[in-house]
Amino acid sequence: MSTSATAIGVSPKRGVWGGGNEPLKASYGKLMMWFFLLSDIFTFAALLITYISIRVSFPVYGGPVETFVGSNEYWPVPELVFDAIPFFHGVHIPLAFVGLMTFILIMSSVTMVLAVEAGHRNDKNDVVKWLLWTLLGGITFLSCQAWEWSHFIHGTDGGSVITYVNNLGRVVTETVFGANLTVNEYGPASFAQLFFFITGFHGFHVTLGVFLLFLCFYQAAVGVYEKRGHYEMVEKIGLYWHFVDLVWVFVFTLFYLI
Amino acid sequence: MALQENKSALEVAPRDEAKIKKIWKTAGILLLLTLVEFVFAFTLPRGLLLYAIFIGLTIWKAKYIMMEFMHLGEEAKPLFYSIIVPLIFLVWLVIALMREGSDIFLMRW
Repeated sequence: MSTSATAIGVSPKRGVWGGGNEPLKASYGKLMMWFFLLSDIFTFAALLITYISIRVSFPVYGGPVETFVGSNEYWPVPELVFDAIPFFHGVHIPLAFVGLMTFILIMSSVTMVLAVEAGHRNDKNDVVKWLLWTLLGGITFLSCQAWEWSHFIHGTDGGSVITYVNNLGRVVTETVFGANLTVNEYGPASFAQLFFFITGFHGFHVTLGVFLLFLCFYQAAVGVYEKRGHYEMVEKIGLYWHFVDLVWVFVFTLFYLI
Repeated sequence: MALQENKSALEVAPRDEAKIKKIWKTAGILLLLTLVEFVFAFTLPRGLLLYAIFIGLTIWKAKYIMMEFMHLGEEAKPLFYSIIVPLIFLVWLVIALMREGSDIFLMRW
């Protein structure tokens, strides 16, 4: 929040939008971050709405949950696909792991906003402390996602019998384990494709955010911002980090709940 | 926050407890809403009503993140609207692509 005085006063002839004024009352860097995030909202929205579109073009599995078997004839029920957590092999614990991931990301967003608040007060120690927590949350989230991907790719012990067109153009019926871009044991090929693409694109954003956070943490710790006289960089990177959390909230609902 | 070129060590302001309390309160609301989604996922029957509840809760959470964490509500009104108003385009995209998807469904099955 920039409340710095405008260099040139608003001329009554030119008005607010006539130049020599700051109508949006935000610094250049913060404005550009906001408009970048707006464009990124459109990118993610396009991906997620595509997911909805492809999903409604497939039948939904209608039978009882207990007798569910993966098939590319219908869209799977998410709680039956994402039901694994580390160290509990083969145990059906639906959505617990992804719930933990959501918790971690929301908490890292909270520590980020605490770092921004400390930045407003020029409190270097608090900024460094909260940025470190945020960094830790980001890295933990990425590690969880790596496990989630690994499990999704390798699949369950049983697999599913799927009839599909293989890479050589032949129709084959075989037991499929895990997932790749051609076939997967959970549902239609586009289910895994969308999973890889959307959570992958989000994970890429988180990775970028972790790099930025590390940079920010380092610069705050060695006193770059103190010398500069303000902690606006923490605020800008904070905006990006909250955005990553915002996208996850939607990914979580569309992929894991609906 | 004044952007003056101050080379000396900055003056550290004391913690604003009310502000920090509000941040934790927002965090609590976000976690509570997520918990509610979880409970609904296992108790309510799957269907349009449940999906509508999920999407409503998600947009509610998004509002909290944007207004409280990203401080969009505290920005100047023109900036606020230049971020919020373009999102109207997404409403159209949702309608268009859902229609498209259900037409593909009807042709296939």
